[in-house]
Amino acid sequence: MKFINYLQSIAGVGIFPLISLLIFFLFFVILGIWALRVKKEHILELERIPFDGRESEQSNHPVKH
Amino acid sequence: MESEKFSYDNRIVKMFAYATMLWALVGMLAGLWIALEMVFPRLNGGISVITFGRLRPLHTNAVIFAFVGNGIFMGVYYSLQRLCKARMFSDTLSKIHFWGWQLIIVSAALTLPFGITSGKEYAELEWPIDIAIAIIWVIFGWNMFGTIIKRRERHLYVAIWFYIATFVTVAMLHIVNSFEIPVSFLKSYSWYAGVQDALVQWWYGHNAVAFFLTTPYLGLMYYFIPKASGRPVYSYRLSIIHFWALIFLYIWAGPHHLLYTALPDWAQSLGVVFSIMLIAPSWGGMINGLLTLRGAWDKVREDATLKFMVVAVTAYGMATFEGPMLSLKNVNAISHFTDWTIAHVHVGALGWNGFLTFGILYYLIPRMFRTELYSKKLANWHFWIGTLGIVFYVVPMYWAGFMQSNMWRKFTPEGQLQYQFITTVEHIRPLYFLRSLGGFFYLIGAFIMTYNLIKTARAGSFLANEEAEAPALVKLQKPHEGEHWHRWIERRPVQLMLLSLGVVIIGGAIEIIPTFLVESNVPTIASVKPYTPLELQGRDIYIREGCYNCHSQMIRPLRHETARYGEYSKAGEFVYDHPFQWGSKRTGPDLARIGGKYPDSWHYNHMLEPTSMSEHSIMPNYPWLLDNDLDTTLTAAKIRAMIILGVPYPKGYDKQANADLKKQSLEIAAHLKKDKIETAPSREIIALIAYLQRVGKDIHTSTDTTTHK
Repeated sequence: MKFINYLQSIAGVGIFPLISLLIFFLFFVILGIWALRVKKEHILELERIPFDGRESEQSNHPVKH
Repeated sequence: MESEKFSYDNRIVKMFAYATMLWALVGMLAGLWIALEMVFPRLNGGISVITFGRLRPLHTNAVIFAFVGNGIFMGVYYSLQRLCKARMFSDTLSKIHFWGWQLIIVSAALTLPFGITSGKEYAELEWPIDIAIAIIWVIFGWNMFGTIIKRRERHLYVAIWFYIATFVTVAMLHIVNSFEIPVSFLKSYSWYAGVQDALVQWWYGHNAVAFFLTTPYLGLMYYFIPKASGRPVYSYRLSIIHFWALIFLYIWAGPHHLLYTALPDWAQSLGVVFSIMLIAPSWGGMINGLLTLRGAWDKVREDATLKFMVVAVTAYGMATFEGPMLSLKNVNAISHFTDWTIAHVHVGALGWNGFLTFGILYYLIPRMFRTELYSKKLANWHFWIGTLGIVFYVVPMYWAGFMQSNMWRKFTPEGQLQYQFITTVEHIRPLYFLRSLGGFFYLIGAFIMTYNLIKTARAGSFLANEEAEAPALVKLQKPHEGEHWHRWIERRPVQLMLLSLGVVIIGGAIEIIPTFLVESNVPTIASVKPYTPLELQGRDIYIREGCYNCHSQMIRPLRHETARYGEYSKAGEFVYDHPFQWGSKRTGPDLARIGGKYPDSWHYNHMLEPTSMSEHSIMPNYPWLLDNDLDTTLTAAKIRAMIILGVPYPKGYDKQANADLKKQSLEIAAHLKKDKIETAPSREIIALIAYLQRVGKDIHTSTDTTTHK
């Protein structure tokens, strides 16, 4: 009933770590590129979601004081 | 676009808020009690249910799952509705969730003090409760996804991502770690053994910190700090990277709890690397939270909510700086098994979780009751006494940890260990007293808050259903031209969940599977044999009494440890340990080589009154072990369970087990009699002595152990 028996029966199980490393790496490259290039208006829209408009927040990002 | 009218359910938020306030007091009281027991060990009065080993799991469970758990649900139920512009999916599910969760907490309180425990830290609850947790958790997820799906806001705000990741990962962790084979209604054995059990357990334990104490609270931070300060989050871009990096990295870091242990080296290194990387997203999140307040610091001075939140986020920053440091092997060699760890987790629990929960409570209660806070002055008092409490708690613990560790490793010029273990305990006992003082201050603060908020609620009128309106969400016909995948995922909760799940499964699998897979990871030792029935029963008493809360069974390959305790622990020694009992703290000495170190009579006297054998011991008395008869009705069932788990008892051994058990107990009773101790062989102490005399002996004498069989 050891787990090892189930896992050893998977053919070519060794490829999994490589695939995951690749996924890991590519994911962050793409995410990084996206985060740098995404439009400012979209970001502004997203960060305003908690404020439903009824409250008058001193919004205007970035805040200057 | 036509506006739809609907209302937010504040009642469920109020219920969770009250629950978190109540369990905070209960959990902290339990904490204070056990802290005092460490200073005054006779405090348990010989009563089993209020002894440290039984109550420490109650304290941790109450604080994590009752106080923080209800705090999470309070914040999620409030913010999710508003972020989705929709009422919770089903009021009935909300109620089932609430009452189900409270029932789980109550059943924990009714089992743990009675020694009904699975013996795995932070996952002590027995299997029927484990199943209940899984069901209630799924109901929470169902309710959450129902709400998200019927939302009126197209994009999912980053807080919701954290909630989704929390839901899916906690479900996975809980299920994988709780694989156990029931022996009876309230007794089970972990599916995994030894090294593998340790790895799964700390993968769970570490990620319970990550996905129960951190990600949901980060979600709450991303909602409540902007709300309380009236400013959007400092950098939304950063929050996106924060989210993905955090969930990607956290899941790998578990092995840093097992450095220098018998865990394979590669797994330890993997844990270290990911732990170091974790500082980036953690600090990204902290900086994002704090910078949200830039230009609003004048408000922080005025507003209790913001004050608590600033300290909370700062504590998060400190704890997440310390975490990666502690995972460096050279630092960990000093910190591990000492009170340093206790200090570290309390920076997180008291500072980050506690203060953020308090901040949210001060924000929510006046709003839901449509009134002002009863007393700002009291809130300030709470803030200062709470902060003082944290300082008084953690500083003595850092000191104690560092001092004790240095004493442990000190050699005389002749090459002998300079201090006996008990001497190091004597030195830190005053610090234990200071720590309880810190805990006391913190608890007083919580009482002040409770009073303040009850007064606030009494003065106001509760708004059970908060009216709101928002246009319905129209389905987009087709995606924007050239739309980016991330924008797409922001609108799709189910896909987001699946992607998060994929991310954590990959991390978890790579960490865990190879240890199961590669046989060379756990080299077998031919002389290591299964426990005899009496030893197995004794081991279950060891688990029941929570001995692992104060004693490790893991000698690291460090000079001072092998000099003090004996040969370092090998992975192959634990192959029949369901569950493993390596422990994580040495309030008392390591027990990995306790077998054969003292005569049976020493253990007998020591359990009756530890100070009779070791004058300055702070171990409580265990008189009930000498009076209670061992329950042998389950012996056969326990052997059968072990056989299913792959422990090589001979076929049909379950029927013979109790006869062997009796034989061995007669032997031990005879040993005791030689030392002028008269005791019935049926007592629990006999089984415990059998177990303790066996621990760690197999690698030395293969013949000795087989004679027991």
